[in-house]
Amino acid sequence: MARFGRWYGSGPLHLLALICSFALTGYALVRLFAVRPLDVAVWFVGAAILHDLILLPLYSLADLSAQSVLRHRTGRVPEVPWINYLRVPTFLSGVLLLVWFPLILDLAVPYEGATRLAENVYLGRWLVITAVLFGASAVAFALTLRRLRRAAHADDEERPASGDDAAR
Amino acid sequence: MGSGGRPPASGPPGGPRRSPPDEAHEPGRLERLGAATAARAAAAAAVARATAQRIGRTPPPPGPFRPGFWRSPIRGPWLTSVFGLLLLVGIPVLFVTGMLSYAAYNPGLGNDQTPTKGLLGFYLFDWPTHPYWLYRLTQGVHVTLGVVLVPVLLAKLWSVIPKLFEWLPVRTVAHGLERLSLLMLVGGVIFEFVTGILNIQLYYVFPGSFYTLHFYGAWVFIAAFVVHVALRLGRMTRALGSRDLAAELRTGVAGTRPEPPDPDGLVPAAPAAPTMSRRGAVGMVGAGSLLLLVVTAGQSIGGRLRSTALLAPHNRDPGSGPNGFQINKTAAAVGVSASHVGPSWRLEVNGHGPALVFTREQLLTMRQYTAALPIACVEGWSTADQHWSGLRLTDLAAMSGLPDAGSVLVESVQPPGPYSSVVLRGNQIHDPRALLALHVNGADLSLDHGYPARVIVPANPGVNNTKWVHRLTFRT
Repeated sequence: MARFGRWYGSGPLHLLALICSFALTGYALVRLFAVRPLDVAVWFVGAAILHDLILLPLYSLADLSAQSVLRHRTGRVPEVPWINYLRVPTFLSGVLLLVWFPLILDLAVPYEGATRLAENVYLGRWLVITAVLFGASAVAFALTLRRLRRAAHADDEERPASGDDAAR
Repeated sequence: MGSGGRPPASGPPGGPRRSPPDEAHEPGRLERLGAATAARAAAAAAVARATAQRIGRTPPPPGPFRPGFWRSPIRGPWLTSVFGLLLLVGIPVLFVTGMLSYAAYNPGLGNDQTPTKGLLGFYLFDWPTHPYWLYRLTQGVHVTLGVVLVPVLLAKLWSVIPKLFEWLPVRTVAHGLERLSLLMLVGGVIFEFVTGILNIQLYYVFPGSFYTLHFYGAWVFIAAFVVHVALRLGRMTRALGSRDLAAELRTGVAGTRPEPPDPDGLVPAAPAAPTMSRRGAVGMVGAGSLLLLVVTAGQSIGGRLRSTALLAPHNRDPGSGPNGFQINKTAAAVGVSASHVGPSWRLEVNGHGPALVFTREQLLTMRQYTAALPIACVEGWSTADQHWSGLRLTDLAAMSGLPDAGSVLVESVQPPGPYSSVVLRGNQIHDPRALLALHVNGADLSLDHGYPARVIVPANPGVNNTKWVHRLTFRT
């Protein structure tokens, strides 16, 4: 057992489970690849690459960029954690686009002929939903700012002589 | 052989370096041979270990392979396990409802687009007609749940991304095999979600028939999924138990601290200041799922809620009046024109004996039955119950001379294509609600709903309720 573990890197059960899984994978893969094997393989591996090496880095980079670019623009606004007021509506609007982009971008060619429904409504709807999400987030952020300013004001009034900028 | 400057294990008998006492000649030789072989093996192992150590000490390349690269302070086993648990509940439901949908198509009867399925069809059974809304439920759940799980899947993959860049890429045989399995897992799950989501929007860009790709892809994925769950279930439960959920839900950004370092390297070595709490992350993902549910589910519930499915494909009725319900494929889309179904249209019924041929007027003079049944599509949308009337399939079977028919081949006038014909099973023929419908909601069928005659069977996938029927062939 110990020698097997040194050679293999885990217990025998691990090996048995994986071989069992790979056998089933192979059984199904042969059938999945029966027609247009190269295209299917590109889709299968491409799916993982597209997500892990393109989509995820892009949204992570967008998030980091937003934080660093907008940090310099906050000006006199005191340290209010604001990033999530941008992040949440972007995420929500983004997943809607990610799931329904063929309809939103009018890409599903057979759609109108097959269903007798117009496809051109989806872009407008997605944009309206996006506007509502960002609008709601803006209102929430405005309310937070107001609350913080009032709290700061109240602090100032309680301690009128404490700071030289109290007259502002 | 004999490399590394070591002396040969055994020289030729009686060689110059040997002066063995004769009595111990044979055993001594064997012993020495064994010892030398062991020594050589040990030396080789030492070389291999040294090489492995040298490789193991290779510093990671810059960028994502460095431990300090991934900095989110909320990444860690607990958060990963929360998303993992949600998928552990959701994915088996997707798999089971998907396999039920496969069974609902009756692939054993010759409707099969996967004739080479082999053992993967081991569980197939006679798809029932009770309850009549069964397929509406299972497929509505399959599609809606799949859409709703997208944010959870994205979050789960985000939470484990440092593992993709772990260094060394392969540490042991076990580690290498497990990573290969993870490629099947991640490639498989995204392949399944993408093909499914594109198919329900009629965006047919994937390489081949959706039916076969999604079915075999599901098996590739589930093979990796089961072993992944088996290998990680313990780690998941331990991680879930490592933090108090209620306390986590009370912790805002200010109180968010990284989890203690974990052997998997999910917790960052150099965490950034928190900008979102774990509560916030789980909440945002939950909000994404909820939003997708709201803009999708209405197409499967129907009625007044249909219009709430703002972004789903079947969120409006294509018209008003008795025939104003959802259409899967219009007559024009499949190449059926008025000339196919004009006055020259006849229904041909084959069974035992000569074929029977009927005009639509003759069919209308026979006894009509009614049934309230929905249309439920593999794409997840469905209609409320529609009131169909027409001839019972079981009566047509009796007329054909095969009152106990075990199956029927239903053929449409539509040009040959994947669903221009279907085989139905005996239990579907003999359900009294299974009709060759001529009317719906009190009016003639419209051309798009299958005029002059269509099949409607309880719990049958919509596409197997063949429209524009012109021939029924009953078999024993």
